[in-house]
Amino acid sequence: MVDIVIIGAGPAGMAAAIQADECGASVMLLDEQQEQGGQIYRNVLNADTARLAVMGDDYAAGQSLASALDRPGVLRELSATVWRVDPDGTVTYSVKGVARQVIGRQIIVATGALERPVPLPGWTLPDVLTAGAAQILMKSNGLVADNAVLVGCGPLLYLLAAQMCLAGAAPKALVETQTRGDTWRSLKYGMGALRGWRTLSKGLGLIAAVRRAGVPRYKAATDVRITGTDSAEAVMFSCGGTAREIACDNVFLHQGVVPNTQISRSLGLEHRWNHRQRCFEPVVDVMGATRLERIHIAGDGAAINGAKAAELQGRVTACDVLVKLGRIDPARRHNLVRPLMRALAGQMAVRPFLDALYPPSAEILRPADDTPVCRCEEVTAGDIRNYARIGCVGPNQTKAFGRSGMGPCQGRYCGLTVTEILAKENDMSLQKIGSYRVRAPLKPVTLGELASLAETNGTPTVEEDHSHD
Amino acid sequence: MFRRLETTGGDHVEFEFDGRRIVARRGDSVAAALLAAGIKSFRTTQKSGAARGPFCMMGACFDCLVEIDGETVQACAVPVSQDLLVGRCKQVSLSPRDEQ
Repeated sequence: MVDIVIIGAGPAGMAAAIQADECGASVMLLDEQQEQGGQIYRNVLNADTARLAVMGDDYAAGQSLASALDRPGVLRELSATVWRVDPDGTVTYSVKGVARQVIGRQIIVATGALERPVPLPGWTLPDVLTAGAAQILMKSNGLVADNAVLVGCGPLLYLLAAQMCLAGAAPKALVETQTRGDTWRSLKYGMGALRGWRTLSKGLGLIAAVRRAGVPRYKAATDVRITGTDSAEAVMFSCGGTAREIACDNVFLHQGVVPNTQISRSLGLEHRWNHRQRCFEPVVDVMGATRLERIHIAGDGAAINGAKAAELQGRVTACDVLVKLGRIDPARRHNLVRPLMRALAGQMAVRPFLDALYPPSAEILRPADDTPVCRCEEVTAGDIRNYARIGCVGPNQTKAFGRSGMGPCQGRYCGLTVTEILAKENDMSLQKIGSYRVRAPLKPVTLGELASLAETNGTPTVEEDHSHD
Repeated sequence: MFRRLETTGGDHVEFEFDGRRIVARRGDSVAAALLAAGIKSFRTTQKSGAARGPFCMMGACFDCLVEIDGETVQACAVPVSQDLLVGRCKQVSLSPRDEQ
C-alpha cells in the first residue's frame, strides 16, 4: 500500500508526484512508456541538443520536470500497462506480461489525451499516421518523413510542420480544414486570446516559420480523402472550388486532442459533453476530485488545456489529495494552490479562442457513408447510420448490431464518431446518446497474465534505475 | 518514407521481421524500427484483408499488431532486442470471434 498511486507520467502525473513527495507522501507512479515524460515530453531525458533544437523550447522545458522526478520518495513503475482501477484504490497492471496490483490510499488518474478520431476516406491506409505519432517518431527515434502532407487543423499541426521544416523535411503541403467562418467565430474570444498572448505569438511564429519554408497551405479544404492501394499515395481535396491532388508518401492527421476517459468511464463516473471541444469530460471539481472518495483526475484526462496547464493542475490535485491523506491541512493547501490557480487561469485564457478557431471539421464529425469509423472491426459510417435506422439509439447497442467498438482498441478511435453519428441520426443530444460503456480489462490481457497476478505491496517490478543520475 | 535525422550514432541491434533481417537502433520500438526500414504494412485485417501499419504510436490504436513468441503484441510498445523474432499476425487473436 502507498499513499498515492498516480497513473500516467506526463506533465500532470509528474508534477503531482513531485508535489506529493515534497509534502512527505509515498508515491507510486505508473506509466506505459519506458521513461517518464508522457507523449508531450516523450524521450526528453535522452534527447541531445540537436534533437532539442528541432523539437523546440516547449519540448526542452520538459527536461527539468522529468529529471525532478528522480527522488527516492517516488517509486516509478515504467513499461506498466494499467488495465483495471477499482474505486477502493486497487490498481491492476502488467509489466512485460506479468500482472501486478498496488493499492493506493488515493489515486490520481493522469492519463492525458488521445488524438481525436479523424475518420476520412483512406485514414486506415498504412503510412497514414496521427500528427502525434509523427512527433513521437521524431522525439523517440529521430525519424522524419520526407514528402508528407499534413491534414486537419489545430496548433499541433503547425508545431509539427515547423519542427519538420527545422529538421530539413518540410511537409509537401498543409491541407487545413478550418474555415473563414471559424475565424470570425473565434474573434468573440479575442480578449481571452490576448491574455494568452504568449501562446498566441508562439502560434503565429510557427505559422511564419512554415510560410518561410515555402510550404503551401490550403485552407478550408473539403472532400478530403487519402488514396492508395496498399499505402497512402495521394491526398485529394477541394479548395476554393478547385479539386486538387497532392502525391505523397505519408499523411499526418490532426483534428485536436480529446481526454482519454477509459479509466474514468470504467469507474462509472459521470461524464459531461463539452460543446466547445466536442468531447466528453469526466465530471471533476476545480481540484480534480470526483464523486469517488479515492479517485482524482488531473491534466488533459479531465479537460484539454495543454501541457503547461496539466502540470499546474497536477500540483493542485496533489494538494487536495494530500489534505485527504492528512499530510497537509486545508490552510496549507490554500496557500499552495492560490498561485497555481492564478497561473492556471492564464494558461486557460487562450483555449476558447483556439477551440473556436480550430474546430473539428464537419466532414470528420459526419463522415461519408463509405468511410471506416471503427478501424478494428471495419465498420463504416453508413453501417452506423443503418443501425440507427433500425432502432439503434446508443453506442453500446452498435456493438450488438455490428461489433463497432469491440476490437482491441476498445472504442478509443471510434467512440466519439459513433456518438456524433447516432446523435444526428436519432435527433438526440450528444449527452443523451452518451458513449461506449468501458470495462476492465482496459487493454487486452492474456490468461497467463491473469494467472500471474500477485500483490506487489508498492514494490516496483524493476529495481529503481538511477542511470540518469 | 521515414529517414533518420542523425545518420550516425546509436548502438545497432539486429532483429528479424517475417524472415527479413532488420537493422535497428537500440531504444527503437519494433514499430519505429520497421518504419525506418521502409516497411509500411505490418499485417492485414481479418475482415477485409486490408493492409495496416502503425497509426498512433502510443499504444492506443492496436493497428501495429505483430506476433512475438506466439503472442499478438503492439509493435509500438515492444523495444527491439538483438535477434528478436517478429512475425506478421496470421490472425488477430484479440477478438472473441476467433475463439468461437
